[in-house]
Amino acid sequence: MSEDAVIGLLVATVQFATLVYLAGLGELIAERSGVLNLGVEGMMAMGAVTGFMAAIATGRPWIGFAVAALVGMATAGVHALVSVIMGAGQVVSGLAITIGGLGFAAFIGQDAVRERADAVFTDQSIVGLSDIPWAGPILFDQPPVVYLAGILGIAAWFVLTRTRLGLALRAVGESASTTDSVGHSVTMLRSSAVLVGGAFAGAAGAFLSLYMAAGWTEGLIAGRGWIAVALVIFGAWRPGRLAAGSLLFGFTLALQPRVQTFDLSIFGLEVNTISPALLGILPFLLTVVVLIAISFRARHRPSPAPAALTLPYRREER
Amino acid sequence: MSVPGDAAVSPGTGDGRVVVDLRGIRKEFPGVVACDGANLTVRAGTIHALLGENGAGKTSLVNVLGGVYLPDAGEIWVHGAQRQFHSPADAIAAGIGMVHQEFRLVPTLTVFENVVLGSAPRYLDMGQIIERVSHLAATYSLQIDPSRPVWQLSVGERQRVEILKALWRDADVLVLDEPTAVLTPAEAAALGLTLRSMADRGRSVIYISHKLDEVLSVCDEATVLRNGVTVAQPRSLVGIDRSDLAEMMVGEAAAAIQRPTDQPSGDVVLELAGISALSDRGLPALHAVDIDVRAGEIVGIAGVSGNGQRELAETIAGLRPTTAGTMQLAGVEVTGASPRARSRAGLAYVPEDRLGVGLAPTMSVVDNAVVRSYRSMRRRMMLDLQSCEDFCRRLIERFGVQVGRLHEPISALSGGNLQRLLLGRELTGEPKVLVAAQPTRGLDVAGIAAIQSQIVAQRAAGVGVLLISEDLDELLALSDRLIVMYEGQVAARMDPTQATRAEVGAAMAGTATA
Repeated sequence: MSEDAVIGLLVATVQFATLVYLAGLGELIAERSGVLNLGVEGMMAMGAVTGFMAAIATGRPWIGFAVAALVGMATAGVHALVSVIMGAGQVVSGLAITIGGLGFAAFIGQDAVRERADAVFTDQSIVGLSDIPWAGPILFDQPPVVYLAGILGIAAWFVLTRTRLGLALRAVGESASTTDSVGHSVTMLRSSAVLVGGAFAGAAGAFLSLYMAAGWTEGLIAGRGWIAVALVIFGAWRPGRLAAGSLLFGFTLALQPRVQTFDLSIFGLEVNTISPALLGILPFLLTVVVLIAISFRARHRPSPAPAALTLPYRREER
Repeated sequence: MSVPGDAAVSPGTGDGRVVVDLRGIRKEFPGVVACDGANLTVRAGTIHALLGENGAGKTSLVNVLGGVYLPDAGEIWVHGAQRQFHSPADAIAAGIGMVHQEFRLVPTLTVFENVVLGSAPRYLDMGQIIERVSHLAATYSLQIDPSRPVWQLSVGERQRVEILKALWRDADVLVLDEPTAVLTPAEAAALGLTLRSMADRGRSVIYISHKLDEVLSVCDEATVLRNGVTVAQPRSLVGIDRSDLAEMMVGEAAAAIQRPTDQPSGDVVLELAGISALSDRGLPALHAVDIDVRAGEIVGIAGVSGNGQRELAETIAGLRPTTAGTMQLAGVEVTGASPRARSRAGLAYVPEDRLGVGLAPTMSVVDNAVVRSYRSMRRRMMLDLQSCEDFCRRLIERFGVQVGRLHEPISALSGGNLQRLLLGRELTGEPKVLVAAQPTRGLDVAGIAAIQSQIVAQRAAGVGVLLISEDLDELLALSDRLIVMYEGQVAARMDPTQATRAEVGAAMAGTATA
């Protein structure tokens, strides 16, 4: 296996990791506030198609990216309205967002399918760092969205752990009534978290259509939204572990299309005989393993899952 | 606990300035009027007792003050200005701090995070916040480590976090709803000191309690509620004794508990031999416990909370696996048997956690009533709803449960009514053994009497009763035999007619030999 092939695999790993990390970080923010949003797949599709169309119309990928974030936010707004404000079931509402979002994205994107992508992101090498062997091409010669995802991850960690807003957000995901009783608005906190989550998912979708695929087709998201949902569990609802998990998941995603071209043998196993389909289920398999580990550990300490996840809140119930 | 009228009643340092004035508060819930014409006047620098039976409207009244409920009628005056609280935040802003019966804490957050939640600085400088919280705790002699996560804390420590929350917000009125129900005597004494130091600094405390001795030793003034109406507002508690207070609460002198007359006990109906079990955290909670209960006797289990009583009850009920030992129920070997099998063998179980383990909070009164015996209310494959309702009505009537509607969620009932229904449900089907864990905790005078007389009646009917309680007077009055638990072991076996409170107390503290 050549050095170029390995570097190519790792470059793609970072990009796939960025994709699921962006969407996963948004989902993490929503879930930490106590709202499960199973609509990630749908929000990504909406972001991908609208971001692509906006970039074509304006000729600027960043405008497409911003539009995608706004559309993702608007799509998540439906979930916020139904599940947070009206208190309906989060699972049903989220699934409706996924199904509806995928369908609606396919509908509005009918003409965009044939469009050629001119206004897409290009790789941006960071002067001085991109020449480092291995690390340079893998980490510092990437599209700007990759760097942005890193910055957003640090920002999310800082807000969650070091600010009043983050404290309130973590608290409302554990116990809405407690947070309400100290004067924070449960509705405001949760709605905002869902909207921010939607913006991240929309942006992730745009990264797919404006860089990785550089185009729009129906079925473009291909389950990456669900991987983001699983990633939040795998990352135990923490931004740092989420980043580590996204690299792992990103690796399996990057490996999938390449594995059959690899001429490599590990412990007598010819790598190119591994089925890409089997690789596809690896993230979910790993998530199940983490879930089991969490439930074992839960005998001694609280689960890392937000305690109020999926529980709607209404005041003046007794 | 001190005797009424002794030196522990220190005069309030208040200048008579009224801090809180609730006037003619009315609050109605579906089918239940919680308050109607409730008044409460609290002065600066005093500890003010709010007394009343369960369901008298105490909690509803302070929830109105705390902005949890909007009153249907009446006025809220704080510091001489009329206020309308639309949310707890409004009340907090007006200087009202609430410590609810169920703590409003986030277990996964640390102490200091819980304390500052809701009024934290924009950016959390942890070192500085921890220092400020520590300083505040020291000022009011509250022992707590600010950086520990709350899930690791004992109940008493959690309560201190709640008080710190109020102090952090500079509340000048602190409301405590039955603060000592969950505390050990030492913790309760420490709480009394903290509250007094708050009053000495000009803050006011509203203190809800059923423990009349405690009210007399801790509080300066009182307000008594009966059926949602304020019936008495003594400005001073000097010269008032507990029977005076009890009379104000129930409108008549409270009946003393009946001591069961001697009666021969029958065969052993519950036998635990060398039972060991683990706690929730996987640590040993019970070691080689031997207990037998005969038909027609009450065996009391005494002990400071957390010495294995809850684990013992759960082990007998089949909710907690044993790690050693055997158990027989009415002659049937039940070690490792399911709760259902034990119930069929004749076990009735009243768990410590009424609303949660004992009853399903969001299910209706009827559903909760029939959940143990619905199998006899079938019509082919289906439940016969009519006979379910009839069964529920008979239960309600027989055990004096007060309910609004049969199909409302059971969580709308007050504690005493929940317990009556739960006990009644467990006693249908003529059980042979009754295990009752803290059956009268938190209940009012009438509720305690009703539950205790039921337990005595079961004894007379030949049921073997295992009574787990933290109320020593109750145990001494009701038990035929008394077992004291300490650190998961039987520390002493006593004859309640011979043992003194001091002897039992010494065994509870682990200082007596078994």
